[in-house]
Amino acid sequence: MLAISKLGKHFGGLSVLEDVSFDVPAGGIFGLIGPNGAGKTTVFNLITGLLKPSAGNISFEGRDLAGLAPHSVTRLGIARTFQNIRIFKEMTLLENVMIGMHQHLAYGPVALFLNSPACRAAEAEARQRALELLSWVRLDHRAEMLADNLSYGDQRKLEFARALATKPRLLLLDEPVAGMNPAEKTVLMEEIRNICQRGFGVFLIEHDMRFVMGLCDRVAVLNFGRIIAEGSPDEIRNNPDVIEAYLGREDEGQAS
Amino acid sequence: MEWLDNYWSTYNTLVYSIGVHALLALSIWLTLACGLLSLANAAFMGIGAYVSALLSLQAGWPFAAVLAAAGVVPALVALIIGIPTLRLSGVYLAMATLAFGEVVRIIVLNLEITGGPEGLNGIPQSTQGWHILAILAFTIYGLARLRRSRVGRAFESIREDDVAASLMGIDVARHKLFAFVLGATIAGVAGGLNAHFTFFISPREYGFENAVDILTMAILGGIGSLVGPMRGATILTLLPELLRFLHEFRGVFNGIVLVLVVLFLPKGLWEPRRIKALFARGGRA
Repeated sequence: MLAISKLGKHFGGLSVLEDVSFDVPAGGIFGLIGPNGAGKTTVFNLITGLLKPSAGNISFEGRDLAGLAPHSVTRLGIARTFQNIRIFKEMTLLENVMIGMHQHLAYGPVALFLNSPACRAAEAEARQRALELLSWVRLDHRAEMLADNLSYGDQRKLEFARALATKPRLLLLDEPVAGMNPAEKTVLMEEIRNICQRGFGVFLIEHDMRFVMGLCDRVAVLNFGRIIAEGSPDEIRNNPDVIEAYLGREDEGQAS
Repeated sequence: MEWLDNYWSTYNTLVYSIGVHALLALSIWLTLACGLLSLANAAFMGIGAYVSALLSLQAGWPFAAVLAAAGVVPALVALIIGIPTLRLSGVYLAMATLAFGEVVRIIVLNLEITGGPEGLNGIPQSTQGWHILAILAFTIYGLARLRRSRVGRAFESIREDDVAASLMGIDVARHKLFAFVLGATIAGVAGGLNAHFTFFISPREYGFENAVDILTMAILGGIGSLVGPMRGATILTLLPELLRFLHEFRGVFNGIVLVLVVLFLPKGLWEPRRIKALFARGGRA
């Protein structure tokens, strides 16, 4: 579905990603893990058009994403959330989700000015749909509240709903459980499974190993800007390179 | 009813000014709604004023066509300067638009056709009260519709976080340009209306001071609603009349107002949404 090949990115002389290649299959949950500073968020920023790759290419369903502006990438069917939650705090939950529907709300300026039935119907439908999306993450009872008033975990859930409103086929989640307490983590894990079951492809970045291993169907490991392993969670768990990247090298004598 | 006639003949300019200032405050509301600090609106007003005055004086166009041109010409100028400058943000955009305003003022000051520093005299007084009222009502209705639509929501999301907005599929650059051009149109029409009741225009009226006045009106009233800019325009038009006893120090007052508002009332005089939210929070807690 999403094919990344020989992707490289350097900022000046600093090479952040080098020769990164992997495929995210359609359906299921794909995880990209790696220690802090491995370049995971840079991969997302390159996919979504916030950064331009220095080398290699990214294609989504056969379409090259090179040089596309962020809004065009979103319109092709890729949505994302941010590690440091970026919801619109001064807007209500409902408005937040309706922002995600922007591209799907088609009415012209004349219809808008005259408040035509078609325009009103489109707005009412978008409202209905936004409420439905909020109910998916169990926030519909707070639809008219300002997003700023939500707890951290709920803000993340709102971000999910808002991203889903763009009707993506692939959802990119950047460290969805960063800064969450264990209870919130469990809830979010459930939400992500639900999203996947509704037919959305999920590609997430995480450094919490336990979270990733319990959730993902397939995992790639990034370390110092390079992919060092790719496979099922079990394969990754037992891969010596991965263990070394996360835990450091074991001494010969202490090997168990 | 004689007192009413007297009253009107004394104060009609003041009432007209409130209407024109309300239009100007609404014109800057558009860019502020997108989080853009553009100070070009006084210049757009000036372009509208000069274009319309010249068309009336030299070409003898009918007033309706003159007003249309007062909107279209600034819009075209905004389109041309908006594409490169709207990439700037914050204080850099403010500087670029301020510089643009100075360029316009100096051009007008030095051209022969604009009358140079002496300005233009004898502009027909075609503007009637109902013209201003109708255009203001039309503008408010249009902006109110816009605000409640996908475009208004997009503006708000861009103001809050333009990166997140772009990743929601919103073409940020196009929305910013749209707000800038529409603001220029409204400011231009306001300039055209103004020129046709003051009889006389000069480059002095469209400089830095006026750019800041327009901004102060919108900020003082509050940009959280459309009523806000109009409230600010009314207050700041009436205040100088009430403060006549301060003579030439009246101008100081607007500056003080801007500082105080920014320091103590960043949301303007009245922010219904905040208050509503406060109640919602209290009710649910």
